[in-house]
Amino acid sequence: MNVKAELLRLMPRKGWIGFGAAAFAFFLIPILNSVTPPGSAVHVPDYLVALIGKFLCFAIVAVAMDLLWGYTGILSLGHGVFFALGGYAMGMYLMLSIGEAGVYRSKLPDFMVFLDWKELPWFWKPFDNFGFALVAALAVPGLLAYVFGFLAFRSRIRGVYFSIITQAFTYALMLLFFRNETGVGGNNGLTNFKSLYGYQLAESSTKLGLYTLTAVGLLVVFLLCRFIVVSKAGRVLCAIRDEESRSRFAGYNPTSYKLFVYTLSAVICGFAGALYVPQVGIINPSEFQPSSSIEMAIWVAVGGRASLLGGVLGAFVVNGAKSWFTVALPEAWLYILGVLFIAVTLFFPGGLASLILRKKAAT
Amino acid sequence: MNIRSLISLCVACVLALASASARAQDLRQAAKDLGDTARVEAAVDVITQSKDPAALALLQALSDDTLRLDTAGTPFVAGEGNALSAVFGGAGKPAGALTTPLVDNRLRRQLEPALASFKLAFPDPKVRLAAAKDLAKSRNDELAPLIRAAAAKERDPEIKRAFGLALAQIDLNGSDKQLKLAALAAVTAAADGSFKPDLERMTGSASAKPSETDADVRKAALSALQAVNSRIMLISFVGNLFYGLSLGSVLLLCALGLAITFGLLRVINMAHGELLMIGAYSTYAVQRFFSSYFPTHQDWYLPVAVPVAFVATAGIGMALERSVIRFLYGRPLETLLATWGISLILIQTVRLIFGAQNVAVANPSYLAGGIEVMPGFVLTYSRLAVIVFASAVTTFVWFMLQKTPLGLHVRAVTQNREMAAGMGIATRRVDVWTFGIGSGVAGLGGVALSQLGNVGPELGQQYIVDSFMVVVLGGVGKLAGTLAGAFGLGLLNKLLEPAAGAVLGKIAILGLIILFIQRRPQGIFALKGRAAEAM
Repeated sequence: MNVKAELLRLMPRKGWIGFGAAAFAFFLIPILNSVTPPGSAVHVPDYLVALIGKFLCFAIVAVAMDLLWGYTGILSLGHGVFFALGGYAMGMYLMLSIGEAGVYRSKLPDFMVFLDWKELPWFWKPFDNFGFALVAALAVPGLLAYVFGFLAFRSRIRGVYFSIITQAFTYALMLLFFRNETGVGGNNGLTNFKSLYGYQLAESSTKLGLYTLTAVGLLVVFLLCRFIVVSKAGRVLCAIRDEESRSRFAGYNPTSYKLFVYTLSAVICGFAGALYVPQVGIINPSEFQPSSSIEMAIWVAVGGRASLLGGVLGAFVVNGAKSWFTVALPEAWLYILGVLFIAVTLFFPGGLASLILRKKAAT
Repeated sequence: MNIRSLISLCVACVLALASASARAQDLRQAAKDLGDTARVEAAVDVITQSKDPAALALLQALSDDTLRLDTAGTPFVAGEGNALSAVFGGAGKPAGALTTPLVDNRLRRQLEPALASFKLAFPDPKVRLAAAKDLAKSRNDELAPLIRAAAAKERDPEIKRAFGLALAQIDLNGSDKQLKLAALAAVTAAADGSFKPDLERMTGSASAKPSETDADVRKAALSALQAVNSRIMLISFVGNLFYGLSLGSVLLLCALGLAITFGLLRVINMAHGELLMIGAYSTYAVQRFFSSYFPTHQDWYLPVAVPVAFVATAGIGMALERSVIRFLYGRPLETLLATWGISLILIQTVRLIFGAQNVAVANPSYLAGGIEVMPGFVLTYSRLAVIVFASAVTTFVWFMLQKTPLGLHVRAVTQNREMAAGMGIATRRVDVWTFGIGSGVAGLGGVALSQLGNVGPELGQQYIVDSFMVVVLGGVGKLAGTLAGAFGLGLLNKLLEPAAGAVLGKIAILGLIILFIQRRPQGIFALKGRAAEAM
């Protein structure tokens, strides 16, 4: 098999150059930080490493959203669910790894002591195993997406119907996770983590390591999605997006293709959530808010649909703007976000990617 | 009638008048004596003997420590603040310094039965009823004979029942078996929830032994407990039914406009919730306007707010249709995002104008309070009004859709846009007007919401998910579907709540909706034929 031809089928030469440049840019930070001492002009401060690490997580989510919305035409307004569930799985592991170093010096997580619980609930017990937590972060979102998607796609719920049902889905789970009785920290969520697999989270080297891991994760997810998009299955996905009935009549079964993409994107979101929590240091039910999920859609819309690069760009641009505006001009941010939603859909359907790729916008 | 009897009648009248005036004299003297510790007990007796309404006021004030005597011995009752009212009427001003008669424990022991017997035999039935209810709460064993005597004489069945319950409170804790059985019979008949702890104690439970030793009494207590429990269940069921109806009405008002615009244009307006919120804020603004310019006609703000909210939200809705949504027809997912952006802008604008805090919209006086239908269950006027209002708005929308030329056009465009355009209907104009009316109905929903709770910038977000579910459940293009969806969801919500809790109830409902659309993807009342295929 000709490796070069296969690679070129995945991305054109220019694409690979861009991919390499992006990878170099991502890895510049850990390289710089390990060769220069703290305080040097090119040494990136810890908070910035964590911030960019967060953006990388969002970019992974955006790639997954793009695969689902841009290529398959399914707008899920509930992908925050899978992101948050991945985050909670990791958070539960981190919570248990605190051990007896919490405020109450108890083996139980602090919030359980606070609620006067005597014993770890059964579903918490396996989470002291790092491997289990990692598997759960991928499997729980995947299974949930499979069941939900199966029921929804089977009865041919599509378009706005699907969008508003996924919104109700995340809304219901938000209410569930806000309850103390659910057993994952209620309103406050899980926080005050100390260490991950033996590494102290407060240390710069751990932060740098997590950042590097996330960057690698983004690159791998990008290639994986790219692989799907250029494959035959990817063509079918686009066909379903453009003419679902016609592709059904042509002998393809849209339900199973949609279910596959929906589940895969949920697993990717769970992965991103698991990387997000140790870097941000908290996971709480606000991740389930319908507004968080809709913002995921705007990352993709701003970046440009049906181009995976667009998702990455959009996640960085929108979140960068958010981080800056919510500090500098907090009142203006909602206006800017609102105008962004309207302007992108009305005047800029191709998104940022269309400027780079000179591609016609997908509708 | 012969002359002798006439004379005797006259004599009797004169005597009665004389004795009445003598009694009034006695009463005044007795009131004066209340300040004298040596003569106060005799004075209370005298007052109790007289059947004068003023005597009741005297005793009550004495018992409440609100009685004041001036230097001439004229009694006054101290009210709120420094208000004084003369017991014997007239605008009498107190002469000299006021003293408060001393009420020690011994006097209190004398006063309580005196006051009770006085009230129990009082001519006004309202006083007797209130007294019976008070006695049921106080459970004073010593008053049992008094109540029994009063109950024997009582004619009014309602008051007789109240006396019976007051007695039952006392007798249940006594030792006489017959009295207990009679008391339990009264409790079973009345099924009053306040007896539940007593009955549970008597019958015992898994963890506690029954306090009652007699088997017959225990059996009677058990059946009384069942009666009480089933009444409590009934009340909570009826209450939930009512809350479900009022929630359903709110959801109907929220979803009506959504269903119209979705049915016609196939776009989901994510800013619909914010139109509700603006309707509620219009009500608030009208209320503020009234309280600064027409404070005397404050109650009129609500009828004025209805058209104001309608016009304001309809105007905003039409502006949105013209400026944003019409460019996105045929791209429903993009419309979703663009209207979400609009909703963010509307929320932030309202926040900047009215502040981020919730504002309170006061109910007008005619909507405050409620009717007590059953003991322990009140139908509040504001919720009743919301139900009535929702019915009126639905009728208005139905009339608009079925009986006006615009409604005819709306239905035609909803069924088949191209065909309608081919028949010469200006579909774009129909779109604008329909969007305006749908938005205006949302504004009316906002007026209703302002009467039920606080008004804040995030008000719309609370209802939008539920209203979407109503549209999903009810399908589009049929008013009956929205109606069934709204009330189905409202009732289900409130009836599941006691069993599963509010949150689990909501999740259960979402699960049910998803299962429901497995069977009927187009909603409860699906359109049939070609119209269904066009979806």
